[in-house]
Amino acid sequence: MIEARGLTKRYGDKLAVDDLTFTVRPGMVTGFLGPNGAGKSTTMRMILGLDAPTQGSVTVNGLPYRDHAAPLREVGALLDARSVHPGRSAYHHLLALAQTCGIRRSRVDEVVDAVGLNAVARRRAGGFSLGMGQRLGIAAALLGDPGTVILDEPVNGLDTEGIRWIRSLLQGLAAEGRTVFVSSHLMSEMAMTAQHLIVIGRGRLIADTGMEEFVARAAPGVVRVRSTDPAALAALLRSRDGAVAEAGDGGLAVSGLTTDEVGRLAGAAGITLLELTAQQASLEEAFVDLTRDAVEFRAPTTRGAQP
Amino acid sequence: MTTTNRIPTARPAGATSQRVTQARVVRSEWTKLRSQPSTFWSLLAALALIVGFGALYCVLRVTRPPTGPEAVAAFDPTAVSLTGVQLAQLAVGVLGVLLVAGEYATGTIRVSLAAVPRRLPVLWGKAIVLALATLVLCLPATLAAFLVGQSILSAERLDISLRHPGVARAVVGSTLFLSAVGLLGLGLGALLRSTAGAVAGLFGLLFGPQLLAGLLPADWSDKLYPYLPVPAGAAVANVQPDSAALAPWTGFGLFCLYTGVVLALAAWQLRRRDA
Ligand SMILES: Nc1ncnc2c1ncn2[C@@H]1O[C@H](COP(=O)(O)OP(=O)(O)OP(=O)(O)O)[C@@H](O)[C@H]1O
Ligand SMILES: [Mg+2]
Repeated sequence: MIEARGLTKRYGDKLAVDDLTFTVRPGMVTGFLGPNGAGKSTTMRMILGLDAPTQGSVTVNGLPYRDHAAPLREVGALLDARSVHPGRSAYHHLLALAQTCGIRRSRVDEVVDAVGLNAVARRRAGGFSLGMGQRLGIAAALLGDPGTVILDEPVNGLDTEGIRWIRSLLQGLAAEGRTVFVSSHLMSEMAMTAQHLIVIGRGRLIADTGMEEFVARAAPGVVRVRSTDPAALAALLRSRDGAVAEAGDGGLAVSGLTTDEVGRLAGAAGITLLELTAQQASLEEAFVDLTRDAVEFRAPTTRGAQP
Repeated sequence: MTTTNRIPTARPAGATSQRVTQARVVRSEWTKLRSQPSTFWSLLAALALIVGFGALYCVLRVTRPPTGPEAVAAFDPTAVSLTGVQLAQLAVGVLGVLLVAGEYATGTIRVSLAAVPRRLPVLWGKAIVLALATLVLCLPATLAAFLVGQSILSAERLDISLRHPGVARAVVGSTLFLSAVGLLGLGLGALLRSTAGAVAGLFGLLFGPQLLAGLLPADWSDKLYPYLPVPAGAAVANVQPDSAALAPWTGFGLFCLYTGVVLALAAWQLRRRDA
């Protein structure tokens, strides 16, 4: 469990993270979304005690990360896949990390196997591709068998097989009851992995919500309807607060009304419908809409966001 | 690339606790030191300079032996045979810089500090393994430089025995001085966080004060000179009494004090600043 309370970070006059309050719960994958520069990496560095908050605080399982006696047992993190000494082998990178808290050597081999790096573990990490670096970073995050896993853009640079692997890995970790906190700026990726979402923009909280609620709230359905009398139907729907746009082909794109409502209204008015379908706006569009002007949005919290 | 999906759990019942301790961090830093290619090259350079340059300088001196009783009395065969240490200090100092500034350059410092969130054990761990590695490797090299040098100097009967008072101290002290320069580099690397900056700072600290002192009026510069870092530290290699230098251990102690100040500043910064 990760709890941020009023977390704020200022670099000079740049407010990178602005009064973030959220809770990341165990047993599910929580996606951390925001456009470039939103403050995701900064927030993760503060969770790990690498950057000190300007204001506010963040704890992992009730304690500031720094105060945990066995930090790798508590949190496994991947912040940047390139954070490896290019002259050192993957194996020695992991071994040095393991030795800081007395993790046995065989565990290093285990995680190397688990991420599929056995063939290259003894080679210099400087020659690794971005995807291999990500796998090494994930191996490092899993080393201490941590109760909380924090990954900053783990799918960056992974091939399709790798992305699928990450997805099932994260869901597996969550199913074991761990806290899984994963950042991304790709909504579509998160939609397939996360059960909960924390969205930030310009350092501020935009949404802290379940995945399904987010989809329903942020991407309201558009109803496509075609009829024998588009003009009459458009006038009718507008009178019931539907937003109506010409969609070509005699069709109309209606938002603000459900398919049921459109069907009933048309039926009552005696208008013949030729087509009536619900079209979900793509999640990616919804996300872009939501973060387009971060400041205009209040945080629609569904739980736990406000103290 | 094929991957297994099951991640085995690390701790079956009864596994040991995963606490971070200074001893464990030392072991970790030892792994880092030995698995980084720059360690090998800097230490190899240091050893080659200690022995090779020492021998070369002895050859030079033996071809132009001191003449006159005063010059013979001032001739310090031990210090002459250990001249290579003056160059090797650069290699060892740069290794100290690389050990920590290299982590900032590659970003591994964040991995290291996330694993040891109290931070200071990382700095102390690096200091311990660096000091021990240089001591263990450079002691035989300084001893070899001394023995090779004396056998060269013996051609003109200028040599001295290891049993002569102060000689063993000079050999061991020179090695300790090398370790201390390594620690100075480490401290500068941690303080400045950039390899180029810290190397420049290191060379500046080692050579700059002498150059600046040369610009002062002669009587001031003569008074100041023994207290400058390298002249102070190098006093530990003197066997013949030198009126222009501090007593051997006093000088070395002063050098350690300078190094200690840099390390203390580095430790304070490391605790305080964002990684
Ligand atoms: N050490 C730093 N010094 C100064 N500014 C910083 C520092 N770190 C981050 N910033 C600024 O803070 C803001 C947030 O950066 P951050 O890296 O946290 O964003 P992000 O959400 O991770 O973005 P991305 O998706 O590109 O990774 C950016 O405007 C960045 O320029
Ligand atoms: Mg980032």
